[in-house]
Amino acid sequence: MSDLIKLTAAELGAKIAAGDVSAEEVTRAHLDRIAEVDGRVHAFLHVDNDGAVEAARAVDAKRAAGEQLGPLAGVPIAIKDVIATKGIPTTAASKILEGWRPPYDATVMTRIREAGMVMLGKTNMDEFAMGSSTEYSAYGPTYNPWDLTRIPGGSGGGSAAAVAGYEAPLAIGTDTGGSIRQPGAVTGTVGAKPTYGGTSRYGLIAFSSSLDTPGPVARTVLDTALLHQVIAGHDPRDSTSIPLPVPDVVAAARQGASGDLTGVRVGLVKEFSGEGAEPGVMAVFRDTVEALTKLGAEVVEISCPHFQYALPAYYLIAPSECSSNLARFDSVRFGLRVGDDGRNSLEDVMSLTREAGFGDEVKRRIIIGTYALSSGYYDAYYGQAQKVRTLITRDFTSAFEQVDVLVSPTTPFTAFELGARTADPYQMYLADLYTIPTNLYGGPAISVPVGLSEGLPVGLQIMAPTMADDRMYRIAAAVESTVGTFTPPAL
Amino acid sequence: MAAISREEVAHLARLSRLAVTEQELDRFAGQLDVILQSVARVGEVAADDIPPTSHSVPLVNVLREDVVVPGLTREEALSGAPDAAEDRFRVPQILADEE
Repeated sequence: MSDLIKLTAAELGAKIAAGDVSAEEVTRAHLDRIAEVDGRVHAFLHVDNDGAVEAARAVDAKRAAGEQLGPLAGVPIAIKDVIATKGIPTTAASKILEGWRPPYDATVMTRIREAGMVMLGKTNMDEFAMGSSTEYSAYGPTYNPWDLTRIPGGSGGGSAAAVAGYEAPLAIGTDTGGSIRQPGAVTGTVGAKPTYGGTSRYGLIAFSSSLDTPGPVARTVLDTALLHQVIAGHDPRDSTSIPLPVPDVVAAARQGASGDLTGVRVGLVKEFSGEGAEPGVMAVFRDTVEALTKLGAEVVEISCPHFQYALPAYYLIAPSECSSNLARFDSVRFGLRVGDDGRNSLEDVMSLTREAGFGDEVKRRIIIGTYALSSGYYDAYYGQAQKVRTLITRDFTSAFEQVDVLVSPTTPFTAFELGARTADPYQMYLADLYTIPTNLYGGPAISVPVGLSEGLPVGLQIMAPTMADDRMYRIAAAVESTVGTFTPPAL
Repeated sequence: MAAISREEVAHLARLSRLAVTEQELDRFAGQLDVILQSVARVGEVAADDIPPTSHSVPLVNVLREDVVVPGLTREEALSGAPDAAEDRFRVPQILADEE
């Protein structure tokens, strides 16, 4: 195993820029690692060996020509398969998009290419990002590098496992209800959901448009911030993109690394202080809160009375939006077509195609959404959920008048065994209990690894006000400076 | 009492253009009932006078500059289509012959 794969993205970028190592060597080291371990981890759905080497050589050629390289130029990255990548298979882990090669790049992808970063391939996920374990992928599950009998979280389990297993130093995820943060927590990696509108949704295959947020995945807080800085910022192609400058998350991460949180006010969400969480998770969380106090933070308990309704509201809003968004998979413009035998009508072909192309969880959510939006049920379900969303936002606004950030465990339980929660879909939904409120509010949140419970990683979630992404990075970096990072056993 | 019946699930599946099987209906009806009973808790919140939130970003009527920018070529737009003919998406028949 090459030592290069153990370096952080910041270190790799600096070495490449200084000419200590070539981008091609760094890329090949990661491709070798993928070849060595991904048969067991299954983090990737597609590895672009040739494209990666070509992109790396282009960076090396620029450097040889005397061009100044950016901080992440030549650094490899894995991309969640829900992000459109021009000419590279993009399936959202669904059979309905098997073999689809998008004719364009997502904005996130364009920015990654412009930064000179090297895409290694596309990572596994729950189909259309609906799930919390990556078991709902149509192409088989991903296995947690900490324990290959356990799930890597979801929906972005492939991105988190690739980073935890040293197959990539960085990855892109998307977070609709916790799909970046919960995989981060259970794989001992860092994952950030930026402010909604802070990163562009253009080219992200839509699940729930009012919630979907692309974001960075890495092994350190600084690396996460460096990638955040690359992908964030206004995009005229996304009408919900916020036309404001990106908060300086890299500077905030560097400031936080000093470990001084004097004067910072941290709120513990009272409603998330134990109920439903594993004792081992709560024990690590309590130790972390004590560590925050030692760093100088002032810690107080804050009540957010409507957070208990976030999960039910989310599981009405997200399916409603998905039932509408996934109508585009109609067997006409892209993807699968089934039953076009010259006799079946268009409507029959659509129904047969969608039946064959979608997995169970996607079908369940489409049906729930169709129900919640139908006349007669709209007011009681979708309409009421939107009102609850307002009340959750008010809870956040009122909390941030008293404290700078809110903290909670990222997820109630550590990585569970494959198959443990698939029989009862609602048990799977509980993995997102603590992450969902932030999505409904729209603010940023980050999960940072803070300890182990019975040998498995536990994450701390830090939630900040809208467009105060820098604040959560400062605190995450301070926590990291005192608890360190966590390395899984050798694969 | 069940929140949703097997017949309702079958109806919703038809509306959603999902040709679900009998076995799927058996499986989904129970699962969807558990989910709906759980999410119905949103009804416990007194929210009559609360405005709904559809979106966290308070932007309206976002328009870009009215300038021509390159889009997809016809070949690119058709590149992922299951079937294309005469530079168009080809679809199965919409009306039966006898109509």
